[in-house]
Amino acid sequence: MALLEVRDLSVVFQRKGEEPFAAVDGISFDVSPGQMVGLVGESGCGKSVTSLAIMGLLPQRGVRVEGTVEFEGKDLLRLSDRELADRRGRDLGMVFQDPLSSVNPVIPIGVQVSEVLERHEGLRRREAALRSAELLDRVGIPDPSRRLKEYPHQLSGGMRQRALIAMALACKPRLLIADEPTTALDVTIQAQILSLLSELVRDTGTALIMITHDLGVVAGMCDEVNVLYGGRIVERAGRHELFAEPRHPYTAGLLASIPRLDAPRGDRLTPIRGSVADNIPWAGGCAFAPRCPNAVDACVERSPEMTRDGERLLRCHNPVGRPAPSEEVPVQ
Amino acid sequence: MLRYTVRRLGQLMLVVLALSVLLFAWLRALPGGPVSALLGDRATPESEAALRADLGLDQPIFLQYWRFVARALTGDFGTSTGVQRGTPALDVFLQRFPATLELAVLAILIAIAVGIPLGYLAARRRGRLLDNLSITWSLVGIAVPVFFLAFLLKWIFAVQLGWLPASGRQTGGIDATRVTGFYVLDGLLTQEWDAALDAFVHLLLPAIALSTIPFAVIFRITRAAVLDVLDEDYVRTARSKGLAGAVIRRRHVLRNAMLPVVTTIGLQTGALLSGAVLTERVFNIPGLGQALALGFERKDFPVLQVVILASAMTYVLVNLLVDLSYAAIDPRIRTR
Repeated sequence: MALLEVRDLSVVFQRKGEEPFAAVDGISFDVSPGQMVGLVGESGCGKSVTSLAIMGLLPQRGVRVEGTVEFEGKDLLRLSDRELADRRGRDLGMVFQDPLSSVNPVIPIGVQVSEVLERHEGLRRREAALRSAELLDRVGIPDPSRRLKEYPHQLSGGMRQRALIAMALACKPRLLIADEPTTALDVTIQAQILSLLSELVRDTGTALIMITHDLGVVAGMCDEVNVLYGGRIVERAGRHELFAEPRHPYTAGLLASIPRLDAPRGDRLTPIRGSVADNIPWAGGCAFAPRCPNAVDACVERSPEMTRDGERLLRCHNPVGRPAPSEEVPVQ
Repeated sequence: MLRYTVRRLGQLMLVVLALSVLLFAWLRALPGGPVSALLGDRATPESEAALRADLGLDQPIFLQYWRFVARALTGDFGTSTGVQRGTPALDVFLQRFPATLELAVLAILIAIAVGIPLGYLAARRRGRLLDNLSITWSLVGIAVPVFFLAFLLKWIFAVQLGWLPASGRQTGGIDATRVTGFYVLDGLLTQEWDAALDAFVHLLLPAIALSTIPFAVIFRITRAAVLDVLDEDYVRTARSKGLAGAVIRRRHVLRNAMLPVVTTIGLQTGALLSGAVLTERVFNIPGLGQALALGFERKDFPVLQVVILASAMTYVLVNLLVDLSYAAIDPRIRTR
């Protein structure tokens, strides 16, 4: 059984006097226990909104969330605030993008780690502090008992992200969502944080949803990759299949824009032309069509359905390589 | 932290020094100088020259300044020439200081006690009835002149309804022992409860009138600061940990939101003194505000000097305290 089953998740932002905008438009995916799943796409494709919707962290006003998010059989979207808060930090952990702004500047690091333990495991302050020191040590922060008393500004960006990981994993959650956890860090630190993350989730058997715009990040760690565009999943495949043979022109474009060390010298990177601002609404065809090198007439006439090709899911009228598989996937 | 405090105290000394130069220069810059101010219409060339020599005004300006500072350091600011003719200026100040301090402290306490919780609630209920009502109320608080509000309060609650006394610091003829000059405190110290209560009741209306502007500003800043903090990433992190709402509010929101509010409270102490000039007038309270108003009317420069110097020092001291508490709240300042 899947640990997390997301079905037809939609998030519509509705501001007074403005057209409603679907940041997430009917997304479905599963995460099995211990599995590492990637959500990949450019800024604005809906990947962060998806994660916030799963965690129940979206603002309550002006936002409509539809579909179901079943975690161990319970729909998180139907839980009361109280029940959801009981699960956050205990069953579901989250690591955020910017370690600078995601920790509270006026509270010692130690308190910010131990408050999770006090909340969910009923630990007293002293026990929680001891456990926090162990946790900081586990995430590779040297001299943890001294660091506990320090404030965020006394820690480097990488250290802060390690501390945030310690907070998110303190109660050994069964699912961890990492939302661009390395974007704000130096390249050298990025690799360290990623290997720390995958090591930790493997050790604790935690399932991971890795959200990133960087296919290179998911290449190293995710079992399955979902490529998002305009709030919908446009392609899903196992890591190896996706990298060996990208079928959606958007996936192919993302791969072509990654710098490679083995490319001949002087080869230019191939960017995807245009930007998400060029999107057309899915109702009128494929949102990616205005930017797509493979676009055909069908692409601006009707929106492509999700189709299945073996283990791969694809939403495209004219995919790269072979013609589109014919079998439609009803649920998706 | 200690170095920070010492450095700030050094700054305080500088401010006092600069202020003494200003006050000194101000007296010399008066049309006709202090001599004609003192003698007024009775001045004759002979009497002016005599007074000039008497006051040491014929000596070099630096020497005059040095004498001014030396005497000020011993508490000698000269004798009152108008507010309480013949009394040393410092004594005039000391007699009136408790009345104003009592009033100002109660006013700022009211402003804080109402402004911060209301600002917090308004932010959490943004756009709803409570928020809109409080914003309107605070706008009125800023827009209505203090003296008008003071008159209004006095007219309604003292004259028409008779609930609260209309003027003074205490009912005349009440049996009260004086210890510190702070009437409420005196009553508590000597356990003369009725005297303490009577003094407190006298303070209420003027303190409410005086509190309106600080209240409105504190309310607004609190509301804005809480709104800002609620949007911060670390509040989202706190929620992602499943913390109870009360813990998030107390530990993560309020503490960060207090930073700008504390600064505002310090700055508002300045507004209190100018407000006290008007409030003390309306409620006939013999405090510094009244001394200031009378001092200007009657050209009582020794008293004005003391009052201005002391209020400026109080202002700087309060803001030093504010900065220190700021450092206590925000570790980034402490460890810099």
